[in-house]
Amino acid sequence: MMRFATLIKNPADWMKGAGPHSDVVMTSRVRLARNLRGYPFPGFSQERQRIELLERARPVVEELPEMRDGYSEDYTELSKIRKQVLVERHLVSREHAARSSGCAVVVDRKQSISIMINEEDHFRIQGIRPGLNLTSAFEVVDRVDTELEGLLPYAFDPKLGYLTACPTNLGTGMRASVMLHLPALVLTEQINPVIKAIGKIGLAVRGLYGEGTEALGNLFQISNQHTLGEAEPEIIAQIEKVIEGVVRSEVTARAKLKEDHQTMLRDQIGRAFAILRYAHILTSKEALNLLSMLRLGADLDLVGNCDRSLIDMLLLEIQPAHLQLNAARELSPEERDSMRADLTRTRLQSIDGPGSFPPSQSNNGGTTSPTHDE
Amino acid sequence: MKCDVCENEATVFLTQIINGQMTTVNLCETCSKAKGVTEETGFGLAEAFLSPSHRTESDTMEIVCDACGFTASQLKKIGRMGCPECYAAFRDGLDGLLRNMHKGTRHVGKRPSHTSAVAPQILPRQRATSVKEASPSAPVVPPVVPPPDVAKLRAELDLAVSEERYEDAAKLKSEIESLQPKASK
Repeated sequence: MMRFATLIKNPADWMKGAGPHSDVVMTSRVRLARNLRGYPFPGFSQERQRIELLERARPVVEELPEMRDGYSEDYTELSKIRKQVLVERHLVSREHAARSSGCAVVVDRKQSISIMINEEDHFRIQGIRPGLNLTSAFEVVDRVDTELEGLLPYAFDPKLGYLTACPTNLGTGMRASVMLHLPALVLTEQINPVIKAIGKIGLAVRGLYGEGTEALGNLFQISNQHTLGEAEPEIIAQIEKVIEGVVRSEVTARAKLKEDHQTMLRDQIGRAFAILRYAHILTSKEALNLLSMLRLGADLDLVGNCDRSLIDMLLLEIQPAHLQLNAARELSPEERDSMRADLTRTRLQSIDGPGSFPPSQSNNGGTTSPTHDE
Repeated sequence: MKCDVCENEATVFLTQIINGQMTTVNLCETCSKAKGVTEETGFGLAEAFLSPSHRTESDTMEIVCDACGFTASQLKKIGRMGCPECYAAFRDGLDGLLRNMHKGTRHVGKRPSHTSAVAPQILPRQRATSVKEASPSAPVVPPVVPPPDVAKLRAELDLAVSEERYEDAAKLKSEIESLQPKASK
């Protein structure tokens, strides 16, 4: 199997690749909740029972064609920081990372499939793709699920569907979610009506790390709440339709900002670049929000020579556990803020900055030639 | 953003959809812990789970899942089931809950194609600890015989009437009538 260091060293498939609407849609994820007959759900089982299930299921999961030669780890072998890195990469949930004995995660080589064992359900099978591509994410988990169901006895009821620990996941056991970057809807103060409208049609809107988290960096997760009474393709088609509408609104808002409020927009992006490029102390929240503005600038061609994937990698690398993994030790919040600033200063050296745009009416306040003065 | 309770910076953002109305609460770390917000969804769910009639019943009798020993009180407390068999043990009132939670009460999506994966259909079962006299809902069906759909539907109908969901009740009634000639009831 693959080692943790090898897994993390390489950016995941979904971080490098661009997908449909990548300027607005960061990732599409689909997860299936599955349980085995004859075992209590993890939340109501004894440690002995969880370990028994894990010992039976983990070798089976590791041998699935998609998961072969991937990464597999028992949680008792994983440090807090490593678990948190997996959370920051969206490979495991916060809830799962908080558990230990009797839990494990198996990740494929490309980091596009992860299977959590003994989360709230016995299995959480997750697929992640870049851009708006829930169908492709579903196809992947569907295939893995079909393979697994042939090898282990699932708890399934003809009327209620896949039986899950929480009745909110009954039926398909499927949660399809899309991570959106919506800076223009936030800047133009249109985000609240959009969120309300999405809530009314039965979809949930959450922040960066799921339930109860703040929408840092103008990042929003939209997912289905209903899992029973509709087939998987219907659920996915509905979300994709809604997301396409949100993407259109965001694109329109961006165009309008660029057209009608160019000075304000360039000011925001310029400030974001300047702070990220020259600050020596950066909190996680500040960095996320500034990187969001820089990403907007890159998408609108207001920042020269700036690759979107560089920003998306930074969005991951500046997070607490990634910083600590990089430093190979635990860091105090103050140390993290300083190291985070070191990282953004270094990474942004290669970027020309937003000052050179537009070439026709370039003003002299920009940072066309950043000095390397660290 | 400020905490709704005190003046500190809010870090916990709770959005709940209650009866189609979205409510958002912004809380700081301390206030969210004090209010037990992290548990709230579980409790809210549990509250919804057992209808008022069940709550009074639970004083005199406790439904227990034979397979895992999970009790109705635990279900009420955490809003989650103990094991897959719990869905049979706690089937009373389940449809009403699912109707509020989902688009429907019947699964229409993927089914395991592999035969070994299909669990036996969940049957209505006997009470575990005490026999409830003259139950107005959920007629007890011998577990050997596959339950006639009519019995299930009747239970749903009773529930719908007791919860004053007359539109659902009408639908269920006509569904029962359409099944009557076939069923040996």
